[in-house]
Amino acid sequence: MTPVAPGADAVSIPHLLARNVARHGGKAAYREKEFGIWQSWTWTQAAEEIDALALGLLEMGANVGDHIAISGRNRPALYWAMVAAQKLGCIPVPLYQEAAVEEIAYALEHSGARFAIAGDQEQVDKLTEARQGLTDLEQIIYLDGRGLRRYDHAAMTSYAEVQAAGRKSSLRAEMQARTDARTYDDTCVMLYTSGTTGRPKGVVLSNRNVIETSKNSATFDDLRAGDEVLAYLPMAWVGDFIFSVGQAMWTGFCVNCPESADTMLTDLREIGPTYYFAPPRVFETQLTTVMIRMEDAGRFKKGLFDHYMKIARRVGPALLDGKSVGLLDRLRYAMGSLLVYGPLKNTLGLSRVRVGYTAGEAIGPEIFDFYRSLGINLKQLYGQTEATVFITQQPDGQVRSDTVGVPSPGVELRIADNGEVYYRSPGTFVEYYKNAESTASTKDAEGWVATGDAGFIEEGTGHLRIIDRAKDVGKMADGAMFAPKYVENKLKFYPNILEAVVFGAGRDRCVAFINIDLNAVGNWAERKNIAYSSYQELSQHPQVLDLVESHVNAVNESVAQDPMLAACQIHRFLVLHKELDADDGEMTRSRKVRRAVVGDKFADLIAALYDGSSEVYTETEVTYEDGRKGAIKATLAIRDAKVVSATRMAAE
Amino acid sequence: MKDSGAPYVTADGRQIGKVLMDMRGITLRFGGVEAIKDISFDIREGEIRAMIGPNGAGKSSMLNVISGFYHPQEGEVWFRGEKRPPMKPFQVARLGIARTFQNIALFDGMSVLDNIMTGRLTHMKTGLLAQMVWKGPAEREEVENRAVVERIIDFLEIQAIRKTPVGRLPYGLKKRVELARALAAEPKLLLLDEPMAGMNVEEKEDMSRFILDVNDEFGTTIALIEHDMGVVMDLSDRVVVMDYGRKIGDGTPHEVRNNQEVIDAYLGVAHD
Repeated sequence: MTPVAPGADAVSIPHLLARNVARHGGKAAYREKEFGIWQSWTWTQAAEEIDALALGLLEMGANVGDHIAISGRNRPALYWAMVAAQKLGCIPVPLYQEAAVEEIAYALEHSGARFAIAGDQEQVDKLTEARQGLTDLEQIIYLDGRGLRRYDHAAMTSYAEVQAAGRKSSLRAEMQARTDARTYDDTCVMLYTSGTTGRPKGVVLSNRNVIETSKNSATFDDLRAGDEVLAYLPMAWVGDFIFSVGQAMWTGFCVNCPESADTMLTDLREIGPTYYFAPPRVFETQLTTVMIRMEDAGRFKKGLFDHYMKIARRVGPALLDGKSVGLLDRLRYAMGSLLVYGPLKNTLGLSRVRVGYTAGEAIGPEIFDFYRSLGINLKQLYGQTEATVFITQQPDGQVRSDTVGVPSPGVELRIADNGEVYYRSPGTFVEYYKNAESTASTKDAEGWVATGDAGFIEEGTGHLRIIDRAKDVGKMADGAMFAPKYVENKLKFYPNILEAVVFGAGRDRCVAFINIDLNAVGNWAERKNIAYSSYQELSQHPQVLDLVESHVNAVNESVAQDPMLAACQIHRFLVLHKELDADDGEMTRSRKVRRAVVGDKFADLIAALYDGSSEVYTETEVTYEDGRKGAIKATLAIRDAKVVSATRMAAE
Repeated sequence: MKDSGAPYVTADGRQIGKVLMDMRGITLRFGGVEAIKDISFDIREGEIRAMIGPNGAGKSSMLNVISGFYHPQEGEVWFRGEKRPPMKPFQVARLGIARTFQNIALFDGMSVLDNIMTGRLTHMKTGLLAQMVWKGPAEREEVENRAVVERIIDFLEIQAIRKTPVGRLPYGLKKRVELARALAAEPKLLLLDEPMAGMNVEEKEDMSRFILDVNDEFGTTIALIEHDMGVVMDLSDRVVVMDYGRKIGDGTPHEVRNNQEVIDAYLGVAHD
């Protein structure tokens, strides 16, 4: 790719689109699997579709500065909707498709969107319910009309009709004039942050934010036209916007959309992306699936797998980092590639990955090393919506599981006295929409933004290490440092543990809630001939509790290694009778635990953990997927974990 | 009662047309046992028609009469305004009548896709030889039929299991695949024998949604047997109630629910 200085030709996404049509016109820009076949659109075709929609919206009266809400699963037509909006000087506002009606209503009201573009009936239903009492939303434009035939179409139009009207429109000159008038500092997109506390905030990102960041990050990893990505993460998430819109437009690579959410892994294998992003959870799930299938494989296959994985773990990462490796080991690794790693990577859909990233949560070292040892260039990055994703990332050859890398190009880092990480970069957001107060408290006059995370820069390597959320890092009763996330992450590295919540701020010792992973533990139970009829029953099975206890003990031992954090060892724990869920408000939509909510909701359980009782009875309200509420009752066993004392450590 | 025969529009805006299938005085005997005694009712274009009744009431037998599997000793079957001569099931299928079974009848070893493709059989014209040669008409035909099947796969949201052998699927999904296979025949009349038997609430809701969508999107007339009264009352336009081979009620769900004979049959009044 030849880097182009942002000039008149690259000040907005629509400008980049025009440039891509000129450069790569006949190459595939978007693909989507539909009716069992991958359908593709070239840059020229995509630009035509985008124009038709933009003109249609113009005919409907879209004004410069209007917000246009977009909600649905990843589909080319919805990506086009974002660019069409930008062509008219409107601001696309992608929404989480799983969001509850109240969340959507809030976003619609806050943004004052006049138009909403919905993927299917489910989204239309939610938007229709959310618009009750709102006067701003005029028209819902739907993509898939199934089930909508008998809806009242007074305030509803199909995407195809809007495009058809656009194709007949005589306003092309006005559209072009609006596109030409875009500047580098116009708003590119507004994204709602899920927010671990309080109301979501609308993060306003300018063209400068998005294009500068896309340019820098594409250069950092040598992304280029001809790369392939699979767009499967929520469109409302900043990462997807940067990967599937920003970087795709900057470099001209192809965005592939899966057939449905359930087919993602099959589609991944069929596409074989060269640039791939997944949160640690996806890598964990894939690894768990592989391991479960290997457990069930015949002895010969299992032996082959174990033998070559041992070699891979020893040799693979070194090869990937370009370090010197002996000839014999190289030969062994090549043999392993032929017999094990190659086929495995193919099954995982990761054969062609040149650059892979994971972020959002800490990834377990075993999981991380597993993928790297197969020769997959998996790296970590650290970022947030307010930074247009990138704050730090790992350069090729300097990849480790315990750091998040060096500052991305153009990013300055600063660590405050309390350990909180601050950054300043070309990607630093413009403002929180209609919320000057929050903007001021997050971004100072010099442009420094507080990440809310505590961390430090490692001596020698310059890599950033994140310990925990800054506000979660607290003090225990005796003044020792309390970093719950640090301990929780260590627990979650065990495949059997899905979630963990550690409490202990202001107390004399730490306690924990554990969520078991139904897949992993269920499979383990099957092999152990343990019968169970429900999640709740499995979670309270004595042998499961033994299993979890052994993990907690191991984590305690590892935590005790670090004198600064030794006080964070878990004294008592219980296994929760239900999975923490976003529908119950216990997690954010991006699946981060809301510590305060969980603490309030299960106050009775925390009390029992501290008062020494051996079991506790509880009733919990749950929300089903269809919005109905119910209650589960359970008696939970409380276990004591083995704590490694500081004196014993000293003696060793 | 809407038995005037004139087309009308339902409260939720669906068009109900002429009589599609008319069963006149059907009596079916197995030796000395009378499974169905002189039952008459009709099914109209575009409607969802339910048959309910206690076990052994003769519902499945009636469905088998419609699909040509049983031949009644007395009575006439009229389809699209013509009297239907006694027919074999495959001939009935060619008329545009497809069905699903109470206890799933799929090919376990075949993939979901192949199972649904078998539903297109009545639409395949090329002979065995042409199919073996493959090039030309046979290939074109397969592509066309596959396109129809893919639309149904998309419609029933089973893309993720397209290539999965049916034997590995859970029960609820098998039911859905069976519906897909019946739909693949692009029937005028779809017969569903207990489509929701053995399902949990969520699966029932999904299946109900699909049945309504099929009726709505493809305009398919649907006759179904179901035990879940809630489902029957919500889904159907008209209900036939059977008990011991007799028809004891016929009308809208509301009418049927308030029919004393129906209440007795369901609450179990002593028969003498």
